[in-house]
Amino acid sequence: MRKVRERMNGAEVAGGISGVDAAEAKAPMPPGVRFGPVSFVWRPWLVLVTLVLAAAAFLIFCLSISVGDFPIGLSRVIATILGRGEQVDEFVVMDLRMPRALAGLVVGIALGVSGAITQSVARNPLASPDILGITAGAGAVAVFLVTATGGTAAAVTGSVGLPAAALFGGLGTGLLVYFLAWRRGVDGFRLILIGISVTAVMQAITTWLLVSADIRDVARAQVWLVGSLDNRSWDEAGVAFWATLVLLAVVATVAFPFKPMHLGDDVAAGLGVRFGRVRAVLLLCAVLLAAVGVSAAGPVPFVALVAPQVAMRLARWPTPPLIASGLVGALLLTGSDLIARAALPIGLPVGVVTAVIGGPFLVYLLVRANLR
Amino acid sequence: MPGPPVDPSGGPGVSGPIKGISFVVMLTTAVERPAPEGATDTRRRRVAGLVVLTVTLLVAATVSLAVGARALSPAEVWHGLFAEPEPDQKLTEIRLIVQTVRVPRTVLAIVAGLALGVGGALIQGYTRNPIADTGLLGVNAGASFAVVSVIAVFGFTDPFQYVWFAFVGAGLAGVVVFGLASIGRGAGNPLTLALAGQGVTVFLAAMTAAVALSDKESLNALRFWNAGSVAGVRFDVIWPVAGFIAVGLVLALVTLPALNLLNLGDDVARALGVNIAASRTLGIVAVTLLAGAATAACGPIAFLGLMVAHVARYLTGPDYRWLVPYAGLLGSGVLLVCDIVGRVVVRPGELEAGVVVALLGAPFFAVLVWRGKFKSA
Repeated sequence: MRKVRERMNGAEVAGGISGVDAAEAKAPMPPGVRFGPVSFVWRPWLVLVTLVLAAAAFLIFCLSISVGDFPIGLSRVIATILGRGEQVDEFVVMDLRMPRALAGLVVGIALGVSGAITQSVARNPLASPDILGITAGAGAVAVFLVTATGGTAAAVTGSVGLPAAALFGGLGTGLLVYFLAWRRGVDGFRLILIGISVTAVMQAITTWLLVSADIRDVARAQVWLVGSLDNRSWDEAGVAFWATLVLLAVVATVAFPFKPMHLGDDVAAGLGVRFGRVRAVLLLCAVLLAAVGVSAAGPVPFVALVAPQVAMRLARWPTPPLIASGLVGALLLTGSDLIARAALPIGLPVGVVTAVIGGPFLVYLLVRANLR
Repeated sequence: MPGPPVDPSGGPGVSGPIKGISFVVMLTTAVERPAPEGATDTRRRRVAGLVVLTVTLLVAATVSLAVGARALSPAEVWHGLFAEPEPDQKLTEIRLIVQTVRVPRTVLAIVAGLALGVGGALIQGYTRNPIADTGLLGVNAGASFAVVSVIAVFGFTDPFQYVWFAFVGAGLAGVVVFGLASIGRGAGNPLTLALAGQGVTVFLAAMTAAVALSDKESLNALRFWNAGSVAGVRFDVIWPVAGFIAVGLVLALVTLPALNLLNLGDDVARALGVNIAASRTLGIVAVTLLAGAATAACGPIAFLGLMVAHVARYLTGPDYRWLVPYAGLLGSGVLLVCDIVGRVVVRPGELEAGVVVALLGAPFFAVLVWRGKFKSA
């Protein structure tokens, strides 16, 4: 019985939506591991990559707390996080810098995992929560808030009103897409086409608002549209942290039978996965994760699209690996924020740096894979 | 010494040209053989569809000449187009409106719509991805980046100055994407192409945002550029753009049969004698020319190409020799109608055609999607 199961796992990996060469995944049969009802295939490379990514993300997280006008050594940062720091560091680390660093970490994970789920369910590497209307919806509502109320009101509501409005807009649009695409179940292809249509409408509304607005409001809206982690407080970081934690727990519980899904509905059903329900729950989680991420940092572009593709290629895995995608997202976002804050002369929002790093890195991985 | 007469039926001793001729004869007889009843019906229906689309387009073009901030009667339009110059103040004004405002934007809407429609159908075919749009090759991002850069660096304010930079930017981005996707083993692989396009787009969009955030004049131009409009472009821009689009269209038509075979899979296509690398390169060059020229003149209206490609596929089926002309005519029609609607809805102001395409087209498209009209390529 165990042998059969191992072989099945091997096959499902080999037949994936491939951006990674199928031959790579096919080669030697990996050992299977079983704990009671839970069984999985032991993939040392994937585990190694995931661990390295986690360590790197944590390092960047600590670095981003340590760097600033009042530099604090890495060891002191870690001590303070563990609650054994000095009184002086406590304030700077926990109250001033932690919210921003934590927001970067959490938003990166949320967007990365959300993208990985979307791409797996849609079985399309161009799919991402951006395409499901979440980003565009959040953008339209936020831009409406900024341009309609003018500078003063936006300044007042800035810290609370804008994230709430973005969450509302993103979630509303995501759910709208989801229910518009619902017709006796959710079909991946129908979902992304509906998503593209709704995205187009929301973007058109945003454009229209921008064209008819005062140029000063446009500049303010543009900063938000690019995605920024400036002036994050514990309110935002805390909400994003807990929401992401809960959603990840849900994803982890339903994602286990998730792997065969990319083989297509029929094969997945044949392997005994109740794909309809699993997919519905996972997609809902992807929508919620993306909405949480966008509300906390603005629609940081392309993290959700790029992170899963980068993770796939780093981990040499035929489908977007969930945990590694989240970690790549976190690394990308915290790293970019660190660079934007510490290395660049002018204060560019994090979204610019994310894209400037993420885009070429994806291209580099593609070219390297082709040259090998 | 003359050889023996050659048996046209082709014995073992048949020389090259004769064999060729008999092959041609075979082909012609195959074509002349009466096709099955259903096939002629389909063909007739498809031709009828093309005629209907063309007539609709002509009607829309006539309406487009008459509708605007100042509505004109058919007689006035006729006068504006063809009458001799007269001293009459009012008639001169009509001539001016028709010839320098209405005709250019109508022509541009038709030409750009055609280019975006054909480009959208081609890019979905070449990447084998139903959500690929004409912006996928980095064309839109390249054009936008060029526009904000030249405004920030040279202080251009007139669209006529930066439209050429937009075209160069679009072309360069397309070349870079295709070049990156062609390095090494997986040359021209649809997935590599799509992802390389995304990577370059990501990068250029970020640079655009960075420039726009640090230069208010660029930001101001960018927001209007992003809307996508066919208004206010003169013929000295339209003619060259139309030239590039014409070249793109010719390339597109040449590669259509090969594209049909490519969609059967690379192996099948190769076995059937398609030079995969060559036809893919030609196709991508065509898409870059079409989308780049249209985008330079009107701004990014990528959704149009995606939408009409799906509608065309629904109308014609997967044969690209029919799908592409349908997509082109649909693109022209939709862009023209949306431009007209944009002139009417917020009088005396105007709504940009690109905004109307999304606001009107997308819900309509969504309904078709929901009713299950589209197949995934």
